[in-house]
Amino acid sequence: MTTEIIIQAMVTGLMMGLIYALIAAGLSLIFGLMEIVNFAHGEHLMLSMFSSFWLWSLFGLDPLFSIPITILLLAFCGIITHYFLIRYILKAKMLIQICATFGLSIFIRSIAQLLWTPDFRNVDKPLLEGRIEIGSVFIGQPQLYASLVCLLAFFGLYWFVTKTETGLALQATAQDRHAAEILGIPSNKMFAIGWAIGLGCVGVAGGMMANYFFIFTDVGINFALFAFVAVALGGFGSIIGCLYAGIIIGLVESLGGLLIDPSFKLLYVFAIYLLVVIYKPQGLFGRY
Amino acid sequence: MKILTVENLSKSFGGIHANRDISFDVEEGSILGVIGPNGAGKSTLFDLITGFTKADTGKVKFFDKDIFGISPDKISNLGVGRTFQKLKPFADQTLLENVMIGAFVKEKDIKRARDRALEIIDFVDLIEKRHHFAKELSTGQRKRLEMARAMAIDPKLLLMDEVTGGVDQKTIPGLVELVKKLKKTGVTIITIEHNINIIMEISDNVLALDQGKRIALGEPKEIQNNKQVIDAYLGTFDAA
Amino acid sequence: MDSKLAIAKSEPIWNTNVRVISIIAGLIILLFALPLFGMNSFYLHLFIMIFMHAVMAQSWNVIAGFSGQISLGHGAFFGIGAYATSFFYMEYGVTPWISIFFGMLVSAIFAVLIGIPMLRLSGHYFAIATLLIGISFQVVFQRWDLVGAASGLWVTMTPEDSWSALQFHSSKAPYYYVFLIFFLITFFLVWLLSRSKLGYRLRAVRDDPQAALSLCINVSNYKIIAYVISAIIMAPMGSLFAQYILIIDPDRVFNIEISIIVLLITVLGGIGNVWGPIIGAAILVPISEYSRIYLGGTGGAVDLIFYGLILMIICIFKPNGLISFVPKDILERKKQR
Repeated sequence: MTTEIIIQAMVTGLMMGLIYALIAAGLSLIFGLMEIVNFAHGEHLMLSMFSSFWLWSLFGLDPLFSIPITILLLAFCGIITHYFLIRYILKAKMLIQICATFGLSIFIRSIAQLLWTPDFRNVDKPLLEGRIEIGSVFIGQPQLYASLVCLLAFFGLYWFVTKTETGLALQATAQDRHAAEILGIPSNKMFAIGWAIGLGCVGVAGGMMANYFFIFTDVGINFALFAFVAVALGGFGSIIGCLYAGIIIGLVESLGGLLIDPSFKLLYVFAIYLLVVIYKPQGLFGRY
Repeated sequence: MKILTVENLSKSFGGIHANRDISFDVEEGSILGVIGPNGAGKSTLFDLITGFTKADTGKVKFFDKDIFGISPDKISNLGVGRTFQKLKPFADQTLLENVMIGAFVKEKDIKRARDRALEIIDFVDLIEKRHHFAKELSTGQRKRLEMARAMAIDPKLLLMDEVTGGVDQKTIPGLVELVKKLKKTGVTIITIEHNINIIMEISDNVLALDQGKRIALGEPKEIQNNKQVIDAYLGTFDAA
Repeated sequence: MDSKLAIAKSEPIWNTNVRVISIIAGLIILLFALPLFGMNSFYLHLFIMIFMHAVMAQSWNVIAGFSGQISLGHGAFFGIGAYATSFFYMEYGVTPWISIFFGMLVSAIFAVLIGIPMLRLSGHYFAIATLLIGISFQVVFQRWDLVGAASGLWVTMTPEDSWSALQFHSSKAPYYYVFLIFFLITFFLVWLLSRSKLGYRLRAVRDDPQAALSLCINVSNYKIIAYVISAIIMAPMGSLFAQYILIIDPDRVFNIEISIIVLLITVLGGIGNVWGPIIGAAILVPISEYSRIYLGGTGGAVDLIFYGLILMIICIFKPNGLISFVPKDILERKKQR
């Protein structure tokens, strides 16, 4: 085991971690806003990857160029989700909220399986290809750009939530939706915006990953699990916490895979999750 | 006989002192009223005594038993009942079921637990509502539910957080009568109250808190004339 | 006043409605008699699946409906039961009648081990942790050579029908009775549980843990007790299922679909209600089995589409499940308003 291999694993983990961070940020934004965990988050990610794939396969649009369309599609998907499902269960018990989004996840995944079969697909010869070599460390170009774009989107999201008027209105709704309503911030609209942005993040991540990841109907499950873990580690509702948590998970996953056994990646992440939520239930980092 | 002895009890949340060096004791069979402006630390004091919040330092004795740092279920098992300021009924269950859950502490058999619960429900004058779900009851009725539920564990000491808070004027006299009736059964009561007239009427002793500190302890008459209390609490009360 | 109290005390504790009791008794007799009317093996299979799923859903109902902890990986205990029974049968020749209890014991031990750290977590944290648990079991068993890794265990077949080995090749009727009896026993015990002191206290923990603490209830202990009971109910279904299909592998018995369907059946029928799982299973299992027949290989996905849809619709319109259509006084709690 040489240092190069470890550095290689760390770079890979870091790049993966930035993607997890963005996916988790979307989840966390939605949770912070209305205390609902989107158990269909992984399926939304799967949809975004398929959107990229079909735009490429039907219209020859490279994933790099179809990203805006994918983001818009996912944002629209978020608004639909809110309008047809979430707004009815806002006041329901947590159990019902969990079951409802869990039901959505089953629904989306099985429809996708019916329409597109469980086959593995991938985008052939995307614009982003090949790898670069720094020292003895290889970095895949699509991976590198995906993580950079995700990082950029992450900071864009953070800027949006903390600096823009709409972002502040979202925060106000998150803290106290009734007080916010009195101030003239319609919470229903804010929730819809939250869903649009939350799934928009997933659109960015999915669109970029379509460049190099296999695309299949169950692809979202692991990502969603890691995103749940990241949100819990970062502190439910904290966006910046997701960044650190995402990176931690990426590193644990790749280093654990390298040092112990790659087939148990999920278990290492799970172990980290248990350790953190038991000893520091509020997460590693505070809210916002 | 002292039923409860509290010595130098302190608790701070992130540097803010919710309770600072609070000491007092309660005579068995009496009613202690706790007063103080909002944020004086009254509910925190209840949480510290009943174990719902862990105190930083101090001593709490129930009869001769040290109960500092013990978990809330064990403290209630010793005979310390409580109600909550923000009511916590078991909303999806009937009034009878709510009280039965308390009654099971004393009666293992379901029929006897049911009968015991019914007697207590009768005591708080809600017998006709026994099959109503807790979420269907009015605020005043839910206050009675909480009292009945706490009584069902057969407490020697009962801590009641704002018996008359949040109910309309018409309901208050009935609740006050209920507290007096409760006292006659021999149970010792500590009650948090905002309504100063009620506290003066029912209490044997009054503990006044301000900004987490004890500012006075004594009979209602003394408290009414205590300058510190008037400044801290009664003054603002009049102004409000 | 006294007379009202006396009236209240004279009310029966159980529902003693003779009509309801006789209907239930009649249904039980009918279930025992059904195979005698020459049911074909498809219908036997259908009923076996209904019994099995009703019990599995009841297991989930105990932890989620009674004590309020949402487990999304409950299939783990099904798999443990299946593996424990088959493993002891194949390796040591222990008759399934005894190794069923091994399965229950191992499940209970796992429930304690998992429950002690995890039930301190509340709400979403617990739900996510159980989701991870469910998948972890599948991952571990896929790679565990002792139990056949991904290819699983092929239960040694007896040459002919055998009660001691719990294998029947000529007819499904014996399986039908075995599952039926487990189903009846489970429901009777859970019904007793729901009316016992324990049942009342679990519902207290579910509705308001803080208030429960103020009533001498050790909330974390009660959650663990519920989790263990739930695991003990689930495990025998895994054991019997293994004897029924005689081949088990991680993708079959640790499938996340098991965790999904128990949740779905319970929520559809009525969560927190003893009868909910029966209603849910009686509706969903036939849908699933028929869609498997008529839609062939893709049936798996099609019935999942319905499941997802039904789950969302129930959550939106009937969060208390289909049982809420049944008038209250017919079922368990007799209300006199």
